[in-house]
Amino acid sequence: MRAVIAEDSLLLRIGVVKVLEAAGFEMCAQVADAEGLLAAVEEHRPDIAVVDVRMPPGFTDEGVRAALVIRHQYPRTAVLLLSQYVEERYATDLLAANTSGVGYLLKQRVADVEEFAEAVRRVAAGGTALDPQVVAQLLVRRHSDPLDRLTPREREVLELMAGGRSNSGVAAELVVSESAVAKHINSIFTKLDLPKADADHRRVLAVLRFLGVTTA
Amino acid sequence: MQLTTWLQLVLVRPFRRAGHRTALVAAGLPLHLAVVPLWLWLLGTMAALVPALTPLPVLLTLVVTPLLTVGQRRRYRALVGKDLPRPAAPGPGRNWKSAVRRLTGQALWRQVCYHAVAGPLLAVLDLAVLAVWATALVAASIYVWIWALPPQWRVTDLGYTTQAAYITAGGLALLFLGPRLTSALVRLDTRAAEVLLGPSRTEKLARRVADLAESRAGALDAADAERRRIERDLHDGAQQRLVSLAVNLGLARSALGDLPEDARKVIDEAHREAKEAIAELNNLVRGLHPAVLEDRGLDAALSGLAARLPIPVHVAVDMPQRPSPTVEAVAYFVVSEALTNVVKHARATRADVTVERIGETLLVVVTDDGAGGADFAAAGGGTGLAGLAKRVASVDGTFSCRSPAGGPTVITVELPCAP
Repeated sequence: MRAVIAEDSLLLRIGVVKVLEAAGFEMCAQVADAEGLLAAVEEHRPDIAVVDVRMPPGFTDEGVRAALVIRHQYPRTAVLLLSQYVEERYATDLLAANTSGVGYLLKQRVADVEEFAEAVRRVAAGGTALDPQVVAQLLVRRHSDPLDRLTPREREVLELMAGGRSNSGVAAELVVSESAVAKHINSIFTKLDLPKADADHRRVLAVLRFLGVTTA
Repeated sequence: MQLTTWLQLVLVRPFRRAGHRTALVAAGLPLHLAVVPLWLWLLGTMAALVPALTPLPVLLTLVVTPLLTVGQRRRYRALVGKDLPRPAAPGPGRNWKSAVRRLTGQALWRQVCYHAVAGPLLAVLDLAVLAVWATALVAASIYVWIWALPPQWRVTDLGYTTQAAYITAGGLALLFLGPRLTSALVRLDTRAAEVLLGPSRTEKLARRVADLAESRAGALDAADAERRRIERDLHDGAQQRLVSLAVNLGLARSALGDLPEDARKVIDEAHREAKEAIAELNNLVRGLHPAVLEDRGLDAALSGLAARLPIPVHVAVDMPQRPSPTVEAVAYFVVSEALTNVVKHARATRADVTVERIGETLLVVVTDDGAGGADFAAAGGGTGLAGLAKRVASVDGTFSCRSPAGGPTVITVELPCAP
């Protein structure tokens, strides 16, 4: 798979490149600002862009704005945002349109080399990867809704789903069997009043409801 | 003590500035006496029973007061070497309003008091001191007079007698006393000028309070800016380097699969420690000044804070515009400390944080459903509730904690924020 990276800190950029190359990605371009990123995406049409939120010249949310442009103009390029801290508005902005091919991780996760490479691969393949802290923070504001009916265990399962894990991933994380996870997920669908359509769609809806993103 | 030093101390030093001071005391005499003729004239007219003219001397006093004050200020400067502090200006402009303010203000009447009452009294003392000097000089040099004056000019002919020797001794004693009397009078004179011509005690205190408030705000802002700088430096330097180190160790671990077991363990350990160091540094940086607070404000920073706690915390922030960075930081750390307390002591299952801007006040309320009984007095030192209260007081805010036994605990903080 082909990737570009936009990150203004040289050390971190080298680190990410090393991890991705070790994981078998082909690095098409390495840039240090949003303008360079858009040019690189236009030129290379990569499978994924790994983007720092804070970049020159303003050091505010250049990366997020560039990511939104990429999602809009190059829908086949997935975007993984790296941030020093969690800002839920970034996540909701990014997730509002479409939850496939999106990721939002804290920078320090790069150090967990295998997990980070796995997250990039998942996002590049059209999945999602949300940092546990992002998920926790999005949860802070939503209390008075059907989510309150979930048991703590079901909530954990939903959090991991929101983070982009598959059933087997959730099972491994919680050290339970896959069938137990499936049971929890069914219970979640029932409690959130989700229609019995195809499982993947319900899954996405559950996650969106969880994240407080309103869907039409 | 050596004899020369002693002589220097007793004979030379008192005289060093005596001439200068005496000259200025002499210069004060006409200034101090300037109002006296007006009052004499007033007495005269009263005596002549022309009541219609009574206000005239008062008006004249008011007119000459500012001029005399200017003169006295110059003299003060020459005496003390610095300007006499000015009283607060009655207000800008030269219209009738400011004239009324000037007339009814304390400053003018204190000046009048100085020129009309203290002045004549000081003039008497001035005269006395000058007389001491004159007597001392004449008496100390009595032999010169006896020798120089022709006999027919003398009132009494002393001749070169023992009496003349006594007079010389008395004159020398007065000469010794003269500088001390002069400096005592100068002290009295400058003190009177400071009290009556300078700013009043209230004004001085008000000025001091304003200065202190300003310097304290400056110190707080500087400390805050310094924390932010350290945060940025740590983030741009050490943190990036640690992440890079952890990445390399992680890559080494996965690339070198065929290493012996103990070498692998060492790399594993190093990788884990690097990650822990990153986490610790993150916590440290957050404790200094979270970057998210500077970039995105209280709402985002408090949400992040709430998300890291083990109990559900509901955060509601309603601010049309952001307060100053210092107030923002105080609000953030107050909530942070209050929530830490909730988690540690309150046995609460949930907490609520509301931040609201009402006019020029930032109202922060932290509520929990815990056991209550938080003891404000028991929380010692710079930590806990007492530390919170201090932090709030540093920006002139108010802090209150209601925590009846059985709960709930409500912490209310009001922080002033200029528009």
